[in-house]
Amino acid sequence: MNMNATLLGQAIWFLAFVYFCMKFVWPPIIKALEERRQKIAEGLNAADRAERDLELAQQKASENMVEAKAKAAEIIEQANRRAGQILEEAKAQARVEGERLVARAQGEIEQEINQAREQLRKEVSALALAGAEKVLGAEVNRDAHKQLLEQLAAEL
Amino acid sequence: MAYDTPKDYIQHHLTNLTYGKVPAGTPVCDSSANLTGEVYQAPTWILATCYDELEAMGFWAFHVDSLGWAGFLGTLFILVFWAVGRRAHAGVPAGFLNFIEVVVEFIEGIVKGAFHGSSKLIAPLALTIFCWVFMMNSMKLIPVDFLPGTAHWLGLEYFKVVPVVDPNVTMSMALCVLLLIIGFSIKSKGVLGFIAELTMHPFSSKNILLKILLIPVNLVLELASLLAKPLSLGLRLFGNMFAGELVFILAAALMGVWQIAVAWPWAVFHILVVTLQAFVFMMLTVVYLSLASEKH
Repeated sequence: MNMNATLLGQAIWFLAFVYFCMKFVWPPIIKALEERRQKIAEGLNAADRAERDLELAQQKASENMVEAKAKAAEIIEQANRRAGQILEEAKAQARVEGERLVARAQGEIEQEINQAREQLRKEVSALALAGAEKVLGAEVNRDAHKQLLEQLAAEL
Repeated sequence: MAYDTPKDYIQHHLTNLTYGKVPAGTPVCDSSANLTGEVYQAPTWILATCYDELEAMGFWAFHVDSLGWAGFLGTLFILVFWAVGRRAHAGVPAGFLNFIEVVVEFIEGIVKGAFHGSSKLIAPLALTIFCWVFMMNSMKLIPVDFLPGTAHWLGLEYFKVVPVVDPNVTMSMALCVLLLIIGFSIKSKGVLGFIAELTMHPFSSKNILLKILLIPVNLVLELASLLAKPLSLGLRLFGNMFAGELVFILAAALMGVWQIAVAWPWAVFHILVVTLQAFVFMMLTVVYLSLASEKH
């Protein structure tokens, strides 16, 4: 073997490459790997959490559904009840209104009857007066016989 | 090319392109490895073109091909990982980033499993060693004459492509690991603790005199075990890669273009060896440093 200054040259290469590797090559790669490891761990954690959250959400959703169904049934029942009530009220109101209308109509009829009767009475009294005048041949004094005439009218 | 026999061919392929200092009196060769008959008058830095010049070089010589390929592959690794890793993000990864992350996570898992303690250095160190050594090992899957042939065509006499077939390269990394072992030991146990570890184990006694007498014994044993670590680390990688490369070169030397019959299955098998040796080097480094940073 011939050992010579190549030893020194190679040692310089060796130390230089190791130094460069330690300073510039190794740290960024290992840092990236470490970061990725952390990221993956976080991702897995997040997935676990999401699964748990989903389960909880599903549970909550089904609970909400049951509650909503119960509430809906209650509301429908209430609405039905209210509808019946409104119907009853409307019926009652209609009855009252009808009675009122009937009463008014009856009043009106009665009033008209009375009017007709009054009219008739006047005409009859006039007729009677005219008849009497014809019979007596003289004019009847309306004032003199007012009492008589009124009596006659009342009797009619 | 300068090889008439398989032996020459192999020797030529195992010779590094060397830039070094030759002392005065070294014979001068021309670019085709022929002696010119002249000699260098003064110590000179040259790119060796023949064995006479190579043998004259002492310690001050650099294997240009080993250092060049090691540097190129290491830079490639750093640049690719840096460029892709810079854009790493916590979102969904795609394309090449996936590959980088797989490698990084693989290393991180191993370091977390083998290194008991916290250190900002150890994981990037393991990543660099694994990827870099893997790439340097992989160079031998390229057929043996492609790159040396190209280099020869460009006028370079010797060209060894696989850096880890050069013991300088593997031992250099192993020695760096030794320095790190010592550094980690001192950091966790203190200088005195480290010295105590070398001198008070494995033999210990309640008797002070006996304790002092045992220090040299312990020191020899502990130093041997400390130095055996980088030695085995560097030589294991070099030995495995050298043996593998030698088979490729032998196949090429003996069979010419028919080398593919041997080289292809050997290359397929070596995909495993290449990865395994890179892994072993990285793993042992992590284990040694883990042992060094343990407190007693």
